Amino acid sequence: MRTAFEIARDVRAGASSAEVEMERSLSAIKARNDELNVFLYIDEEGALALARRVDERVARGEDVGALAGVPIALKDNLCQTGVPTTAGSRILEGWRPPYNATVVELIEQSGAIVMGKTNMDEFAMGSSTENSAFGPTKNPLDPSRVPGGSSGGSAAAVAAEMTPISIGSDTGGSIRQPAALCGIVGVKPTYGLVSRYGLIAFASSLDQIGPFAKNVTDAALLLEVIAGHDPRDSTSLPEPAPSLVAHVEDGVKGQRIGLVRELYDGADPHVVASVQAAAEALREAGAVIQELSVPEFRLGLSAYYLIGPAEASSNLARYDGVRYGLRVGADDVTAMNEATRTAGFGAEVKRRIMLGTYALSAGYYDAYYGQALKVRTLMIDAFANAYQKVDLLLGATTPSVAFNFGSKTSDPIAMYLSDVYTIPTNLAGDAAISVPFGTGEAGLPVGVQLLGPGRSEARLFAAARVLEVAGGSS
Amino acid sequence: MSEVLRREDVAKVARLARLILSEAELDLFTEQLGQVLEHAKDIAALELEGVVATAHPFGLINVVREDALEPSLARDAVLDAAPDAEDGRFAVPRIMGEAP
Repeated sequence: MRTAFEIARDVRAGASSAEVEMERSLSAIKARNDELNVFLYIDEEGALALARRVDERVARGEDVGALAGVPIALKDNLCQTGVPTTAGSRILEGWRPPYNATVVELIEQSGAIVMGKTNMDEFAMGSSTENSAFGPTKNPLDPSRVPGGSSGGSAAAVAAEMTPISIGSDTGGSIRQPAALCGIVGVKPTYGLVSRYGLIAFASSLDQIGPFAKNVTDAALLLEVIAGHDPRDSTSLPEPAPSLVAHVEDGVKGQRIGLVRELYDGADPHVVASVQAAAEALREAGAVIQELSVPEFRLGLSAYYLIGPAEASSNLARYDGVRYGLRVGADDVTAMNEATRTAGFGAEVKRRIMLGTYALSAGYYDAYYGQALKVRTLMIDAFANAYQKVDLLLGATTPSVAFNFGSKTSDPIAMYLSDVYTIPTNLAGDAAISVPFGTGEAGLPVGVQLLGPGRSEARLFAAARVLEVAGGSS
Repeated sequence: MSEVLRREDVAKVARLARLILSEAELDLFTEQLGQVLEHAKDIAALELEGVVATAHPFGLINVVREDALEPSLARDAVLDAAPDAEDGRFAVPRIMGEAP
C-alpha cells in the first residue's frame, strides 16, 4: 500500500490520479469487506466523482491540498451531510445528518476523499467492536480475533490496506488500543486540539478525535490537517494547528523518557519484553531512560468507569425518539421514550447509562462521581510530577495482543481492563501515541505507547518515528 | 449477589434512564453493575478530603461568542431527519394524561 504522503505527492504532481488511487482503494475494500465487516457505508460513486473533481483541479493548476486524492475512512460517529451515520447503534439507524463535522470539512479542504463510514462499538463503548449493532469487525491480521475498539473499523481499514489513513475517536483508548491490536499507528491528541463539532458525544470531557495510519509520518500529516481552533467547539484550544510533519525526524537525543511500571505491570510477557526493547531502542537513539512508578495510574480504571458513564448517561438522554433516528410508537410520550430507548440501545450502552445514572444519583454522588473527579485531580498532579522529571513516558498500549471473539463479552471488567494503560491520558487531557513494536502471541503485533503532556505531539511523533525505524516497519 | 448494589437500585435507575428491563436483564445487570461498583471501591475508599474535583482537563473557562445573528440549520433539513414532523415542528404522542 502506498502511503498518504506518496499518494498526495503523486496526485499533486500529476504522476498519479485521484481516480486511480480511489479505484485501488475501492477494489481493496471489495476484496475483503464482506469477510471483515469494516465499513457500514461506502459511497463508491460519490467517492469516484470527488476523485475526478480533484484531478480536474490538478489539471487546472490549482493547489488541491496536503492530502490531494487520498482515500480516507471515517468512524461512524462523525457527522457527514446526507450520509448515514449510526454510531454503531440501532437507535440512529437510517439517520442522515444535516451538517458536517468540522473534521469532515477540514479533510475535504485538504483534498482527501471520504469514501465511507467504519464500524465501531455502539456509541464508542467497547474495546473489540463486538458491541456494534451491525456485527463485529474482524482483525485483518487474524479474522478469528477482534480488531480492538471502539474504533475497530477505522483501524481495520488501514491494517487491511483499504485506505492509507482513517479517523477514529478516543475516549479511554479507542484509537490507541485498536491501533495496537491491528499493528498500525494511532494517536490520541491533546484534548481540544481537534474540534469535536459533529462528533456524536459519548463522554464530552474525555472524547477526542485522532488519526490512524500505517506509519508515523502519515499520522502526523493527517493530524496537521484536522487540528486547529474551531469556534463551534467551546472546548477547542485557542491556537492554530501545530507543525508536526516537520518534526517527525527530530529524533530523541537528550530527551528524558520515563519507563512507567504501572503502564506494563500485568501485561503478557511478550508485551513487557516489547516495551523493554522499545526503551532500549530509544536509549540507543540518544534518549535518557528513567524507570518510574506512578501509583495513581492504578486508580484510572475506576475513575474512568464512573466519569465516562456519568457523562454518557447525560449525553445519551437526547435519544428519545423525538428528533432523530428510531421511534417505537406508544400511546404517550414517556412510553414512547422508554420503548424507543429499550429497543434502540444495546446491552453495553444500557449498562453504562445505568451506571452513570446511579453514580450521579442522590446519596451516591459523593461516594462515586464526586470521588472520581477528585481522583482525576490526583491523576493530573501525578502526570505533572512525572513531567518534572522526564519529557515523555513509555509503556504498553494494551495488556495483550488481539484477543479472540467472545473471550471477554460476558465479563465487562475483563473487557474494561483492555484500556487500563490508555485511560490515564484521557483523564488528564494529554496526548499519546501507539506505535507497533515487536510481536507477541501467534506472531501478532504489540503496540507500545508514548505519552506526553498537552501539546507535546511533535515530540511524541519524533519518538514514535525512532521506534518505527528501529522496529524496521518502514 | 452484590453487596453494593441491590436489584431494586437497578430497577430504579432503569426507570430514571427510561429503560425497560426484563426480569432476566435485571438479574444480569445487577450482578454486572455490582462488579463495576465493587471495582470502584478502590477509589470510593480513598481519603480525599481537601482534594479539588476536576470536571474538565485544563480548567476550562466559559467561552462566549459575539451575540450576532447567524444562519442555523435549515428547518426542513432537520425535520426531514426526524421520525415524525407536522406543521414545521417535531410531532410526538400525547404528553398529558386525562384530567383527573
